Amino acid sequence: MDVVAVTVEDISMVTKEDIFKGDLYMKIAIPVLDGALANTNISPSFGRAPFFLLFDTETEEKQFIANSTATASQGGAGIIAAQLIVDQGAEALLTPRCGKNAAEVITAAGVKIYKTVSDDIQESIQAFNAGELKELENIHPGFHHHGGA
Amino acid sequence: MKIAVLSGKGGTGKTFVSVNLAAVISDAIYLDCDVEEPNGHLFFKPDLTSIEEVYVKVPVVDTTKCSGCRQCVEFCKFNALAYINNSLLIFSELCHSCGGCSLICPDNALSEIDKSVGNVQMGTYKNLTVITGIMNPGEESGVPIIQHLLDHACDKENIVVIDCPAGSSCTVMESIKDADYCVLVTEPTLLSVHNLSMIHELARLLNKPCGVVINKYLNELNPVEQFCQENNLSILARIGFDLYLSVIGAKGLIAVEENRDYQAVFSQLYKQIIKEAGHEAVIDNQR
Repeated sequence: MDVVAVTVEDISMVTKEDIFKGDLYMKIAIPVLDGALANTNISPSFGRAPFFLLFDTETEEKQFIANSTATASQGGAGIIAAQLIVDQGAEALLTPRCGKNAAEVITAAGVKIYKTVSDDIQESIQAFNAGELKELENIHPGFHHHGGA
Repeated sequence: MKIAVLSGKGGTGKTFVSVNLAAVISDAIYLDCDVEEPNGHLFFKPDLTSIEEVYVKVPVVDTTKCSGCRQCVEFCKFNALAYINNSLLIFSELCHSCGGCSLICPDNALSEIDKSVGNVQMGTYKNLTVITGIMNPGEESGVPIIQHLLDHACDKENIVVIDCPAGSSCTVMESIKDADYCVLVTEPTLLSVHNLSMIHELARLLNKPCGVVINKYLNELNPVEQFCQENNLSILARIGFDLYLSVIGAKGLIAVEENRDYQAVFSQLYKQIIKEAGHEAVIDNQR
């Protein structure tokens, strides 16, 4: 969060409303279906999402990154996808769902996970900025072993 | 001789076939490799003789030595490691115990410890040996338990009946790797044929001779017959759809002990397997 000049003492004075008023900016990550289409939608899966959209709420700069290592992996996709967005400096994750292992990595990094309400990216960013998104509560145990035990 | 009983689809009657087959073979060893949900013991209700814990090696990190180079994170094919907030996170249930991370670590920060993943229960029922593998809830892979189970049968003269997990994944591959013959259990439906084709491919890949048991059989007009004809697969037995079997099963009873007709069906199935397996052996010798 290098864009905002607040000292450690000041942090406690910052309310949630201030954050969403735009006084404090964030880099958010969203799992998306396509990295080339401007009107792509949010991916229903986090770990195996083909791409992540990194969105800076201050500059409104958009950057797509491929989640290729995770999608090609046999197992543990959520972990490697989480490592990727943390390494890219994401401070919040907007996703429809998230597996247990991925959530463990993400929360260890201090990144908050918010639940998206539709598959529309713009709608979700607006809802996030307005402080309307709730933190994701039901972390699922993962979708492992597709196609038989 | 080891006979593996498998099916691509769950609920076709693997355990039904395995239990009844083992029950008609004298001094057989029944090996329940369906470690996520072992059911055979519900029918045999064996007298337990011993329980053995199954351990695997998993890494632990010495945080005072770890320099955060991430070589282990990149090395792990199963993504069991992550490096977050200057510390290494280990997901031991994803670990396949290859030991690579501790070998590759330039700081000697990783070592291996034993972790229990389940147990193997040995018991007896009449003249049968019943060995059941049970995986701990939450574990990812039953393979180490299956390896432990198969070790108990590796140098035995007895006929071994291996009740495999459903599907065609790693645990099934592990369960049939020592088998001399594979019995593919299927229902006479299109869905079952799809799954049958997958386990048939797996058995062929591992050079295992195999034959088909059609369970819940209604009549000759079913897609399994055609599949078997096209793929030159022998049909070892056709077990008719019979409500009586549901009643027997729900009571936890063994059909061959309750009913002479089923005693005959499974004795005949066993003879057929021996014949087919012998036939295959002859062909193998001729090659």
